[in-house]
Amino acid sequence: MSPAPLLSVSDLRVGFATEEGVVQAVDGISFDLRPGEVVAIVGESGSGKSVTAQTIIGLTRANNARIEGSVKLEGEDLLSASDSDLRRLRGDRIGMIFQDPMTSFNPVYRIGDQIVEAIRAHRETSKSEGKRRVVELFEAVGIPNAERRVDDYPHEFSGGMRQRAMIAMALALEPEVLIADEPTTALDVTIQAQILGLLEQLNRERNLATILITHDLGVVAEVADRVLVMYAGKVVEEGTLDEIFYDPQHPYTWGLLGSLTRIDRPRPHRLPQIAGSPPSLLDLPDGCPFRPRCPHEFSKCPQYPGLEARLPEAADHRDRCWLTPEEKKAKRLVEGQIGLEPPPEVRQA
Amino acid sequence: MSTEPSAERGPWSLALRRFLRNRLAVAFLGLFVLIVLFVLAAPLWADNVAHTGPNEEHTVEQITVDGEKKDVVTPEGKPIGPQWFGADGKFFLGADGRLGRDEMVRLMYGGRTSLQIGITAALIATILAVVLALLAGYFRGWVDGLIARTLDTIWSLPVFLIGLALGIALAVGGLKIGPLELSSGSIWNPILVISIFTVPYIARPIRGQVLALSEKEFVEAAVAQGAGPVRVMFSEILPNLASTIIVFFTLMIANSMLFEAGLSFLGAGVQPPNSSWGTMITVGVELLNIQPLLAILPGLMIMLTVLALNIVGDALRDALDPRGKARMDAALEFEAQGGIATGQQGATA
Amino acid sequence: MTRFIVRRLVAMIGVLFAVSVIVFVVFMVLPKQNPAQTLAGKNATPGLVKNIEEEWGFDDSLPVQYATMMKKVFTGELTSYKPRLPVDDRIIEGIPATLSLAVGAAVIWLFFGLLLGYLSAIRAGGWLDRILTGVSIAGISIPVFLLAPVLLYFLSYKLEIFPNAQYVPFSEDPYEWARHLILPWFTLALLSIGFYSRVLRSNMLDVMNEDYVRTARAKGLSERKVMTRHVLRNSLIPVITLFGLDFGATIAGTAIITEAIFSIDGVGYYAAEAVKKFELPPIMGVALYGAFFVVLLNALVDIAYAYLDPRVRLGESASE
Repeated sequence: MSPAPLLSVSDLRVGFATEEGVVQAVDGISFDLRPGEVVAIVGESGSGKSVTAQTIIGLTRANNARIEGSVKLEGEDLLSASDSDLRRLRGDRIGMIFQDPMTSFNPVYRIGDQIVEAIRAHRETSKSEGKRRVVELFEAVGIPNAERRVDDYPHEFSGGMRQRAMIAMALALEPEVLIADEPTTALDVTIQAQILGLLEQLNRERNLATILITHDLGVVAEVADRVLVMYAGKVVEEGTLDEIFYDPQHPYTWGLLGSLTRIDRPRPHRLPQIAGSPPSLLDLPDGCPFRPRCPHEFSKCPQYPGLEARLPEAADHRDRCWLTPEEKKAKRLVEGQIGLEPPPEVRQA
Repeated sequence: MSTEPSAERGPWSLALRRFLRNRLAVAFLGLFVLIVLFVLAAPLWADNVAHTGPNEEHTVEQITVDGEKKDVVTPEGKPIGPQWFGADGKFFLGADGRLGRDEMVRLMYGGRTSLQIGITAALIATILAVVLALLAGYFRGWVDGLIARTLDTIWSLPVFLIGLALGIALAVGGLKIGPLELSSGSIWNPILVISIFTVPYIARPIRGQVLALSEKEFVEAAVAQGAGPVRVMFSEILPNLASTIIVFFTLMIANSMLFEAGLSFLGAGVQPPNSSWGTMITVGVELLNIQPLLAILPGLMIMLTVLALNIVGDALRDALDPRGKARMDAALEFEAQGGIATGQQGATA
Repeated sequence: MTRFIVRRLVAMIGVLFAVSVIVFVVFMVLPKQNPAQTLAGKNATPGLVKNIEEEWGFDDSLPVQYATMMKKVFTGELTSYKPRLPVDDRIIEGIPATLSLAVGAAVIWLFFGLLLGYLSAIRAGGWLDRILTGVSIAGISIPVFLLAPVLLYFLSYKLEIFPNAQYVPFSEDPYEWARHLILPWFTLALLSIGFYSRVLRSNMLDVMNEDYVRTARAKGLSERKVMTRHVLRNSLIPVITLFGLDFGATIAGTAIITEAIFSIDGVGYYAAEAVKKFELPPIMGVALYGAFFVVLLNALVDIAYAYLDPRVRLGESASE
């Protein structure tokens, strides 16, 4: 019934050899991206979400990188693609935008020139033709005074405008997939909403399949179709937007949801936060990686939980928690809302 | 899985361990120590082995080498070469030129002067620079304007030329500003000259750091608690500058030694009867085709000392810097100006 | 842009004024003894000192003294005293030699410095990088007064490949001109090669970690384009400004030691001779001449920097 996946990631593992050992930044993530779909990958820093995104287009290739698994774009394996093949599809078939638009543009070149450069890397186009295209793109992403702005330097744009320009650049060659790596993190809250709105509009109008990377579940609520929650390099829960928001199965997800400030609920007593900090990837505990921060830890947790669908009616809703669905339903409510309490002693792995 | 957070290792001991892991740096630190011991041993050698002082001339004497009598300086003006232990340690490295002085003794005494001047000048310059930087960076406004502008002016001069001019002026006429009086042959003259021109080199980057630090919250907190400017500058900001200061001080010793050697070589630094490695090279260059060692030995000593200090300073910077992109902001600016002390600012080319 | 240039040039004049004041203070005010005595140098006859006193008007107030000094400088009346020769003539005579030395060395050091730095950076961490870094550090650490005598001794005296320096004007004999300058060029260049390669390497490594380089790759640019249009372009900016400053310093005669050891009859050599004889007026002259060039080149460098880095030019008027 659903169309064939555009992008198919299967058991992707990315490790980096460092002086202190191998850091397994990504430990087996799998997902499919269908045309027009928006998949969100959510997690704290160090969870492996950015590494996943960058590995898809080969930006993490390095001498000390160990990349395993498969990433297929319409059947073509990207992990084993040659550098020149990869270069060809970057920007053209997969566009990518990054977190900080200020530093993501070269400060010494005009923004228009940098976008034209992207176009001319893949198409035979004259500079003036390219510039015209840039003006069109600017208008499409909502940058006013497009004709003039094309000749401006990055620091002459405001943060929100810069991110729009980034998006324009990513769309210049009309790719089938857009990867957005924390596109709103560096922006003010009001601008965040605008950019998200833009991404949602582009997804709708152009059927643009999108992978959205973020640490903020609130961002995801606007746009995503499916959500993957990552922790310490592993996917700890995945499902549709509704499943994650209304029936979350993993304590970490509860913590993330609990830490969202919601205007439709009364204000909680304490500032909501997940106690403790993300673990060092060199020193992970046995079994479930979330154990040190989880108040619901019990005897089965030292056994590494697999990513399985534990709800019979939701075959695509998977999680990594040994608690039974009934226990989860009960334990996830803190003062009447979904949340996570700090564990008895806050422990760090 | 550990339940106890690991004991916090102080940043200084961490830095020390990192430094000690750098075997090259440790080796060169050892070399520097050896050189210091070498020059400190000057009186011992002079009294017990060579039985002569650095300025005693032995032009018309003869020494016994393996039973044979040899001229210290031949009638044609050729000085005797290195005897090693042939004459019981006398003229270990030969005689210097037509005056027949013991080169080894001179090398040791000259080194004392060079190191004394280098270290003292670097010390004075560092202290002055830090005070100025603190004042400028903390008070800002007109204080900063005045200090920064003065430093910039000195910085933009052909420092070596003006230093040369000052050096000679002092060498000929001594110094008198108010209560401060220096005779024309004092070694404080070159120290003064070198310090003045080294200050901007240190003060600018540190001022940058102070500017950045004084905006940090812990400074605001201290001020809110009623701390006066002196307390804030010295108890709050200064400790954070410690690593930068240490690295700069080390590199500036090297810089000062090169500056001094340049001044002395030309005659505007150390004045007779004192001598330094720089003055020894002047003599050596004149006699280059007769006895090249006279120029090469002091030059080699300078080079080894400067090299050792540069390597140690470099290693200190690596050791004190947290890894990755979190570099000292000021150090970045310093890097852009060339990083390693080459005496370039003293332009001893 | 023009406003920026004008501002810089005006600032330049301000600095030159400050420099002249500093020179004045250094020579006339600071020394303990009578400034006429300082000017006359060591072992001067009382008669000479008296003459100088009258000529320079040391009885007048300080500002007048300063004015007298500046007048002497600008009207070419500044002379050395033993023998009595005009300073500015000698400086002008020395310029071709100093310029030849500076330009030749600069070409060499820029070429090799940048080449080595680039190679080091793109093969960072590899064996080539380690070797080149070692060479660079050695190059920086060998002071000119070790390198010059060593080269002079081995290549000139012993092996007699190169002449014992002295400057031969280009117009007289281009071949000899070059042959006499090779050792000094190489000496001057070696110090800077190490320096520049380190700077470029360091800049490139920083830039290669920048986000916009990642963006460039994500756009699908070829590695070569990424390296040249983004990495090099941005890494070279500080190098160019550094070069401007160094080159200015070299023309300004700060290659004194090289000129002295190799007997190159340039501005620096003149200064070195004056130092030996404790003659102040020539040094005053050279100091002012040098300061002028350094300040001029500083201003040019600032202007060039503004041209190359739009953030500076537009005065950081970013709406952030």
